[in-house]
Amino acid sequence: MTAMLTPDPPTTVLPARPMPTAAPPQRRAVRRLSRNDVLPMAGALVSALSTTMLIFGRLTPLKGRLGFVVVCFAVFVATYAVLVSLTEDRPAVVDRVMAVLLTSTALLALFALFSVIIFVVVRGVDALVHLNFYVEDLSDTGPLSPLDQGGVLHAIVGTLIMTLIALIITVPLGVACSVYLTESEGRATGLVRTVVTAMTALPSILAGLFIFATWILILGYERSGLAAAIAMSIMMLPIIIRSADVVLRLVPGNLREAAAALGAPKWRTVWHVVLPTAKSGLTTSVILGVARGVGETAPILLTAGFTSTMNLNPREGPMVSLPLAAFELVRSPQPTQVARGFATAAVLMILVLILFSVARIVGGRPAGQLSNRQTRATVTQSARDLARIEARNGAPDAQVTAQLTELIA
Amino acid sequence: MALTTLPDLAAAEAPVPRELVARKGRGDRVFFGGASFSGLVVLATMVAVGVFLAIQAADALSATGLSFLTTAEWQPDRGQFGIASVMIGTVLIALVAVAIALPISMGTALFITEVAPQWLRSWLVALVDLMAAVPSVVYGLWGLFLLQGQLIGLSRWLNAWFGWIPFLDVARADPNSPLSSASVYTASAFIAGVVVAMMVMPISCVVMREVFSQVPMGEREGAFALGSTRWGMIRVVALPFGRGGIIGGTMLGLGRALGETIAVLLIISPRFDINFHLLEAGGNSVSSLIALRTFESSGFGLSALMAAGLTLFAVTLVVNFTASWFVARSRSGASSEA
Repeated sequence: MTAMLTPDPPTTVLPARPMPTAAPPQRRAVRRLSRNDVLPMAGALVSALSTTMLIFGRLTPLKGRLGFVVVCFAVFVATYAVLVSLTEDRPAVVDRVMAVLLTSTALLALFALFSVIIFVVVRGVDALVHLNFYVEDLSDTGPLSPLDQGGVLHAIVGTLIMTLIALIITVPLGVACSVYLTESEGRATGLVRTVVTAMTALPSILAGLFIFATWILILGYERSGLAAAIAMSIMMLPIIIRSADVVLRLVPGNLREAAAALGAPKWRTVWHVVLPTAKSGLTTSVILGVARGVGETAPILLTAGFTSTMNLNPREGPMVSLPLAAFELVRSPQPTQVARGFATAAVLMILVLILFSVARIVGGRPAGQLSNRQTRATVTQSARDLARIEARNGAPDAQVTAQLTELIA
Repeated sequence: MALTTLPDLAAAEAPVPRELVARKGRGDRVFFGGASFSGLVVLATMVAVGVFLAIQAADALSATGLSFLTTAEWQPDRGQFGIASVMIGTVLIALVAVAIALPISMGTALFITEVAPQWLRSWLVALVDLMAAVPSVVYGLWGLFLLQGQLIGLSRWLNAWFGWIPFLDVARADPNSPLSSASVYTASAFIAGVVVAMMVMPISCVVMREVFSQVPMGEREGAFALGSTRWGMIRVVALPFGRGGIIGGTMLGLGRALGETIAVLLIISPRFDINFHLLEAGGNSVSSLIALRTFESSGFGLSALMAAGLTLFAVTLVVNFTASWFVARSRSGASSEA
């Protein structure tokens, strides 16, 4: 009986609220184009084209492609603004017009880039289609020889040799220097960083002038691939160090702390944790440095000399690189030489393009994030480590292993 | 009565922080010794370039003194040389380049961060980076063989309509004569500047994009919540936030434009008088002067070239450090790199 009389313990009662019937709020899409954006734009474009054709052909004696494009664009923007203002208020009109202007500057930049690439390839295609362009040098080829004779193999090889030497100099030096900057807490890091930053401002011709004055005039060596490679290294070093410095600083601090907590000495932390983590970023910075170094013409101009024969020895005799060969060839008045120059520039550009794509693929991920293949490699490596540790210390007893497995799962 | 008694703080010994001593093992010493050594090598190399240039330049500078800055001619063998004309040429080309590159790089950076749909963004970022990686000789060829022909008409038009502005005047040209030769407009500082703008634009754009992408999401959405349009948001939030980056990026581009050699060398025809007329054929820049004259100079002439190079280096150095200062000082730049 008593139990029946006891009131229920007080509980919180939720007030009855109508369930939300509307759809959950949608994120406003500020970047998408709606029909109201596209139709006035298309209309304005057609109107602008027709008006400009009328102006240029019939009404005024204007001519010229550049002028046509500029006038057409101005008419387009004006027409579009008027069309939008029929339905929208002033801030919206300004917004649309500015979006059009921003988009067209980006299109202009892209147009310029593609026009550079396409123009150089098109002008060089006459020489590029001949296989001999890639397997011969210019030693037996006069300026008047047809394009099915001679090639730029000597410049390709020269570029490769110079780049290789520059890499041998810059990669260890650059990576070690960036390790010094980020990991060592040395006293001069601030100074070194400032000086390296300053050196990125060094005009490339001055690197060439420096090597020309020291290596060639004072030390008395001749102009050679080695001198050019050193000049190239001076240009590449600051670029590599600065981007490697950024990459190393992005390595998460807890990885370093974890390594220190496991009792690793600092150098092991750097060697086994920091550098492998930053590997892709370091590769990117080296490749970007190379892409910059390969394209440098000014320092090579002063230090490498020009030759039309193959030279495999970087220590003696002039050696030519792709940009220098392109530069010298297009200065010739002969159309065939100019075509060769363009083809050389196209080869150089394709080389840079390849380097650049590789850099994007390698360095696409931030430090510490692994691709599938890298994950597999890491797992295999850990299994091997485990086997090694067990072989040395004996296998842990079954209970601990089971607990650990459970924990990891 | 039981009172709580506080311990006499003054009498107690002040806590002494434990001294942390990290003993470096041999591995650490060797490893970081190597790293420091390479740091010092880099430092020494870089300082050596500057110091060497300065020492070599001293000969020429002490011979001319201050007139080095005011002389336009370049005849070191007769003792008549100075950087007035080449430096003005360099600065003119760089200014044209920056004036053209600034709106394009700003527009492109804003397009990438604010307007472009997500899938397009990474492509655009890659393409702008690619623009920065295209070798300058390629831009030079493009400028000499393609752009120059297209721009002569513009030069002629500018001269015809705006010739009354002193630096757009072309002395030897008659804009009213349809038969006037195009050659008075070729190889000008204006055309070289447009080509250099192509190289400057991606460099500024990268810095600006970096800064605009750091605009705090809260402020961005706050502007939208207050009813702002996208352009309104850009104007009141993104642009003020990124001001340091805009200035810094532009100056970084200016630094690059000042030092550009090959494209200028290909396009411009050298002359050694002080020339403010942008559209007129001929001009000069310090770096193309060095590229042209190094082989034919010896001894004193080389020292004069070094002096010119040193001046150029000093100017680019000032410009670049100002740029990094602007970027670092701005609200957005605290964590970004210039």
